[in-house]
Amino acid sequence: MDTNENCLQYPNQPEIFGCCDRILVRREHSSLVSHSSVPFKKGKGEHRNLRLLPTLRLYPRIMTKEETSAERDDMQIDERDLEHPQVSTIPRGFSADYLKLYYGKLFPHADIYRWLSYGNDGKHPACDHSYFGRREFSFTLENDIYIRFQSFNNAVDMENSIREKCPYKIDIGPVYSVDPAKRHAYAQSGNNVFAPVERELIFDIDMSDYDDVRYCCSGADVCLNCWPLMTISMKVLDTALRDDFGFNHILWVYSGRRGVHCWVCDGRARRLSNEQRAAIADYFRVYKGGENNVKKVNLTGPVLHPFLARSYTDVLKGFFEGKLLASQNLFASIERFQKILEIIPDESIASELLDKWQGNRRSSISKEDVNVVRWEQLKHVLQSGKQKAQGLRRCVEEIIFTYTYPRLDMEVSKHMNHLLKAPFCVHPKTALFLILDPITVAIIQYLLLEELNMSGMRSESEDEWERTSLGKSIKFFRSSFLSPLLKSCKEEMESLYNSKVKQSKNALNW
Amino acid sequence: MEIVRSQRKPADAAVAPALSLYRSAPALEVRLEDFELFAIDRLRGTIKTPAFPISRVFLVLQGISDGLSRGKKPDEMEKLVSELWRAHMRHQDPSEEMNKDIISHFVLRLVYCRTEDLRKWFLSMETFLFRYRFRLESPESQRLLMSEFQLPYKAISHAEFETVKDKLNQVARSTGPSSNAETLFFKVPFEEVPELVAGRRVFMLKGFAYVAMNQVVSLVATQFRSNLSKALVLTNRKWTSTIRDKEKNRLTPIVEALSTGYLGPDYSQPKEFSEISLKDIDQLASSSFPLCMRHLFDKLRENHHLKHGGRMQLGLFLKAVGLKLEDALAFWKSEFSQKVGAERFDKEYSYSIRHNYGKEGKRTDYTPYACHKIISSTPSVGDHHGCPYRHFSEENLRAALGKMGVGGRSLDDILDKVRSRHYQVACTLTFEAVHAASCDSGINHPNQYFEASQKTLQTTRQATS
Repeated sequence: MDTNENCLQYPNQPEIFGCCDRILVRREHSSLVSHSSVPFKKGKGEHRNLRLLPTLRLYPRIMTKEETSAERDDMQIDERDLEHPQVSTIPRGFSADYLKLYYGKLFPHADIYRWLSYGNDGKHPACDHSYFGRREFSFTLENDIYIRFQSFNNAVDMENSIREKCPYKIDIGPVYSVDPAKRHAYAQSGNNVFAPVERELIFDIDMSDYDDVRYCCSGADVCLNCWPLMTISMKVLDTALRDDFGFNHILWVYSGRRGVHCWVCDGRARRLSNEQRAAIADYFRVYKGGENNVKKVNLTGPVLHPFLARSYTDVLKGFFEGKLLASQNLFASIERFQKILEIIPDESIASELLDKWQGNRRSSISKEDVNVVRWEQLKHVLQSGKQKAQGLRRCVEEIIFTYTYPRLDMEVSKHMNHLLKAPFCVHPKTALFLILDPITVAIIQYLLLEELNMSGMRSESEDEWERTSLGKSIKFFRSSFLSPLLKSCKEEMESLYNSKVKQSKNALNW
Repeated sequence: MEIVRSQRKPADAAVAPALSLYRSAPALEVRLEDFELFAIDRLRGTIKTPAFPISRVFLVLQGISDGLSRGKKPDEMEKLVSELWRAHMRHQDPSEEMNKDIISHFVLRLVYCRTEDLRKWFLSMETFLFRYRFRLESPESQRLLMSEFQLPYKAISHAEFETVKDKLNQVARSTGPSSNAETLFFKVPFEEVPELVAGRRVFMLKGFAYVAMNQVVSLVATQFRSNLSKALVLTNRKWTSTIRDKEKNRLTPIVEALSTGYLGPDYSQPKEFSEISLKDIDQLASSSFPLCMRHLFDKLRENHHLKHGGRMQLGLFLKAVGLKLEDALAFWKSEFSQKVGAERFDKEYSYSIRHNYGKEGKRTDYTPYACHKIISSTPSVGDHHGCPYRHFSEENLRAALGKMGVGGRSLDDILDKVRSRHYQVACTLTFEAVHAASCDSGINHPNQYFEASQKTLQTTRQATS
């Protein structure tokens, strides 16, 4: 299968968001600003050009565009509130009304419908008009009421239902063998006639799974220093999904809280069985271990598998040494470097280094960063010619993998019937979402406020709306993901149809 | 049993594999006594379990299952399977042996087609057995079998081989120093070889896996498994629609009897007299819980929270121990509400507890996990479930056992077993150390540990009173 020239290969970035990873972070009591982070090697030593994104402003009040510092302080939603939202900080009537407006004017119903139809909404004789209606959706309504097995025959039905129910969250499930609304009729026969038949290959990476290796934040908090762990995870996985598995139609979405979701939408991916999904998840699995296992990465064997070697050389090593060491101060205190020393299976080496560093006063170290110095010392000891022991050979890699390699939620990927939050969902309390490519990230906070201001102007100037973050997201979604995907679906459908026609023609000729 | 094709007549005895693909049911008449006997022999193993009736004790497939859950290494397993086969299936006359092989397989299809769990177990064991026997075949006969399975994969051209040679080499070296240099490779869509992909044992490029000749076993086994899986579903359909009724006085009682007891009691129905009350639970935890459940219990008391895997493992165990639903809800609530609040507990967690007891959703009464399931689980960040003998580091395991009062020589023995990956044996030794009594049967299930413990304590109490 040749690569579709229209498909998104991350080295060729679309113009909209600029390249390299950008992170918009809400610093305490300040507006959102954009930052750059260290550029990554593209594999051949090239560095991508950095491009700046416009600064976004927070609009703490509905309907005004001015902000005063007093207002700003009042209306900040603390990241901590994501865990225990306090209703008192959000004006009453905010949620329901703004959701209504959002679903009425901004939520891209038609694009979602086109996406999930995978070409079956057309006029081609090969189109399966039951396809979209067999997809399960689930809604989380106000007061946490959860309803499953929602299905719709077409875009209009879906839009009407969403606008009527105003779900706080929409989840997308699999495509079943029959319309989920009719499932009870088929369940009686006990032959599993009601079963998932298609489902995107999905991945979920959650920032809180990295709590043991990031010191800047924990739980639902995310900041400039730890978010790059997400972007490098995306890089590692995206490359492997394309180069190793041959997938082309991959959508990366910020999950709205503290991580990212990946949707692999190729037909081949959608048709994978649970066993095959588990195999892919295991292919990606390196970090293993519950709370009570100390050494969570074991890289046995004299060399690494090409996938791991490439990830290490192209992404992980550079990130660890160039960024993470310093930003997380991995060697700056005894608790922190003890954690690294625990990974070394040789007691004598670990204690040798421990003594060396415990005895060291900060002042006696040269101007160079203590983290860099100590890391070099550790590497030197482990990689020196004296170390022939099996366990030590890959120790440096094991440390780097422990701190940087993607940590997937295996259960999400393994089962076809796992429901996952839909892109473009906005939770009125947190109001965070974004669409991103593997490199670029844009977080839009207080989306409803800004966009609704803008959308009022939409009829006057299309340009203005498109330059808003939502507008950009949707445009990006359409051009970089949806168009190439639908083109490919159409081609697949046509070729399959043509070959069937040919077959039946041949049969008739007998 | 349906006839798919007539059996293939071996053209050349030297090349024809002794291995049947079980494509079609034999057109043979089988005496009823032989029916049960052959099936039992096939299921024979070497583990004595006094809990089962003697006539159903020894199982080949059970033996394989047991070996796997004890974490035996591949060469150990090969030896075990060969012993089991020789002991229970071998026959002087090769065609007799072939008959017994085929007949017993089909009999067991009837026995094991009837539920999802039974099918899953049977599929795993038969596939394992098949893989082992395939490896014994000659390369020509292996290729014959491959074509039987319609695996039309051609070896890659020399030119293509040259372009990927280095990567292929790298993969071979990454899987272990003992791999021989292979020059014959097949390019196969990755969907066909999930096990090889999962273990990163193949080079992957644009959706294709480069499979070495010596990995071909995996290809064939996957096909075997998928064919058998489909056949089992069909057999079940046929069984429920016609055979079971028709054979109600003949085969049916034998078939139904054959399948109970082989997988051991599954503890899905707690015994009447074994209800426990909340006020006893702490005491029971420290006296009779196996280490895996004790750890989860302690962590729950400590953190007032457990992640999903832990909730399932501990929750189902408690159910089988005799904790009623109302008490379970009260227990989990008393802990969780200290962390997330009572309201959130009611909203988010009580549903799944009721689900476990079969009161919600499709109302399946979930069975508690047996050791092999717990051992093969994959605890991740923040998890405390799994088997401590497998998933804990030695240091943490030492500490945990210390808390249970195990030390000295016993502790050393246990750690020794852990190092050689005999996790269930280690748990059995722990039982013996804690109770100062022997445990003949070997631990296969956490609830078995609990019941054995309660029994021992009761005996001791009676003896001293």
